[in-house]
Amino acid sequence: METFFFAIVALVAIVSGMLVVKCRNPINSALSLIVTFFCLATFYVMLEAPFMAAIQVIVYAGAIMVLIVFVIMLLNLRTETGSRYTHAVTVGTIIGVLTLIEIVYFFSGGRSGLTGATGGLNTETIERVGHTELIGRSMFTDFLLPFEITSLLLLVAIVGAVVLAKKKI
Amino acid sequence: METLAMPAINFAAIMPETILSAVAMALLLVNVFVRSEQKAYLGYLSLIGILVTFFPIVAGWNAPVELQSGFNGAVLQDNFSLFFKGIFLVSAALSILISDQYMQREGCNHGELYPLILLATAGMMLMASGTDLMVIFLGLELLSVALYVLAGFNRDKLKSNEAGLKYFLLGAFSTGFLLYGMALTFGATGTTKIAGIAAYVAANPMITGNQMFLVGMLLMGVGFSFKIAAAPFHMWTPDVYEGAPTPMTAFMSVGPKAAGFAAFLRVFMIALPAYKPEWSALLWVLAVLTMTVGNITALFQQDIKRMLAYSSIAHAGYVLVGFVAGNAVGTAGIMFYMLSYAFMNIGAFAIILLVGRKGEPNNNVADYAGFGFKHPLLGLAMSIFLFSLAGIPPAAGFIGKFYIFSGAIQAGYIWLAIIGVLNSAASVYYYLRVMVFMYMKDPVEEFDWLKVTPAHALCLLVAVAGVLIPGIVPGYLLELAQKAVFF
Repeated sequence: METFFFAIVALVAIVSGMLVVKCRNPINSALSLIVTFFCLATFYVMLEAPFMAAIQVIVYAGAIMVLIVFVIMLLNLRTETGSRYTHAVTVGTIIGVLTLIEIVYFFSGGRSGLTGATGGLNTETIERVGHTELIGRSMFTDFLLPFEITSLLLLVAIVGAVVLAKKKI
Repeated sequence: METLAMPAINFAAIMPETILSAVAMALLLVNVFVRSEQKAYLGYLSLIGILVTFFPIVAGWNAPVELQSGFNGAVLQDNFSLFFKGIFLVSAALSILISDQYMQREGCNHGELYPLILLATAGMMLMASGTDLMVIFLGLELLSVALYVLAGFNRDKLKSNEAGLKYFLLGAFSTGFLLYGMALTFGATGTTKIAGIAAYVAANPMITGNQMFLVGMLLMGVGFSFKIAAAPFHMWTPDVYEGAPTPMTAFMSVGPKAAGFAAFLRVFMIALPAYKPEWSALLWVLAVLTMTVGNITALFQQDIKRMLAYSSIAHAGYVLVGFVAGNAVGTAGIMFYMLSYAFMNIGAFAIILLVGRKGEPNNNVADYAGFGFKHPLLGLAMSIFLFSLAGIPPAAGFIGKFYIFSGAIQAGYIWLAIIGVLNSAASVYYYLRVMVFMYMKDPVEEFDWLKVTPAHALCLLVAVAGVLIPGIVPGYLLELAQKAVFF
């Protein structure tokens, strides 16, 4: 049942992901991107990471997409007519198909499969302690330094945005 | 509810990064009160910050192991990372010294330049000392985001905008590869700590057949290769180097490359030594391709900035030779080479910057006709840098190449060393071509617009000293580099 459900969501995710690239109208692309984000949120739920799913919907499908759609409407982008870069598309398709064949071949050989290591957390712990609390804990203990570096990264991004985009600095 | 068990923090392990970030944030505040024609003072303040940062680096040298590690093993400030941090500081300081004059000339002397350089340097340091894939990734992002802005810093020039946008798009693309590789590696081993990955691989030899782990390793390799501009992932380099403001080209041709190599070395040498035959075979091909593509393309360049961009690709290839060798001699050679590369490359860019003037970059090789007669001292300095880049003794570039190639020979990669030496010989052509124009053609221009500010003169003096002194008496610096090798 779970595999079947996964297959459906994965199919929707891939199709909507392709639509993001293929749509000629940027608004349609943005809307397809929202569908992709929702599919990812579904994956998080299936992986028993409800906090991640909520954040995915709130931050990405909510806040960031509103921003993207807002910018597209402000810039008043025209629908791209006519196709450019036809050579690149042909070459890209050939390389993509070759890579796909390679991937299928690589993973179908009788190797040890895709088993990864299992960490200390399992379904039982997540249900007992709570997903949000577990994330919070590791963020302030194991990943304290990365968490702090993120603040520097945001600072650089803000300064950079002002330097590049403000009219008069 | 139980309390949080805080990890052992040990601020000493991230002291250099802390100082640089603090200075950068303070400068952002000071910047508001400084008038636009006096932004050079911010440069002097940031230089003081860099000088102060040298203290924890010198003090941390040969520190006991328990003092090196911090944040639950997220960073390790060993001699290896300290040596690289020294390289980053040198390249940042030299680039800051030549920045103000250029930025004023081009009318983009915004004070945000210096904080961005300092934060980029902090990012490089985190890459060099990070022993957690998360820290390496975030350090790389901190560095890259700052560099995207610095590449497009000359907002009114189309070329600079193009450089910033190209660097941003391709950089974000390559970061995707790196992050995907890290995620797959995490999935296969259950940890992001490099030491943890190494322990897992040692405990589970069966993992060699795990596709997830193999693909993760490959993708990480691709991500790092993008950052060090190894062929065939080098396409962004010439356009970005050409379009970016010249002092920033100097900065980004040295520091980020060294940081990329530091993280690349640490991840592959410590986490994945079990795969050394596999990845060194891949890197062998990458090294040969990078050297050859870089050098052959550089032969046909008329624009000197593009020529140096392709030459920097070739230099990444030489450094990859030391990486393939994977022994102590080769790794010490890499560190020595990156340090001397900082001096010679930034020095060369400092001269290129002087020859140009507002709206007239004079980047063509032919623009250098007779430059050596009009300005004998500057011509001499440029010749020293070019000799060093070509690897001709007694410059430091020769010693570095010598140790890298002898490391490759010791490890049994005779053919790789031969290809490297042949490439090095071919590169002499395009370096000497500039000198032919400088000394053997009649001057077309008077070069009377050329003005060497004290800061600029200091940068050139330090660069010449940094090329000549280790080139003539390499013993001390080599010893330091050998002590910094982490295995």
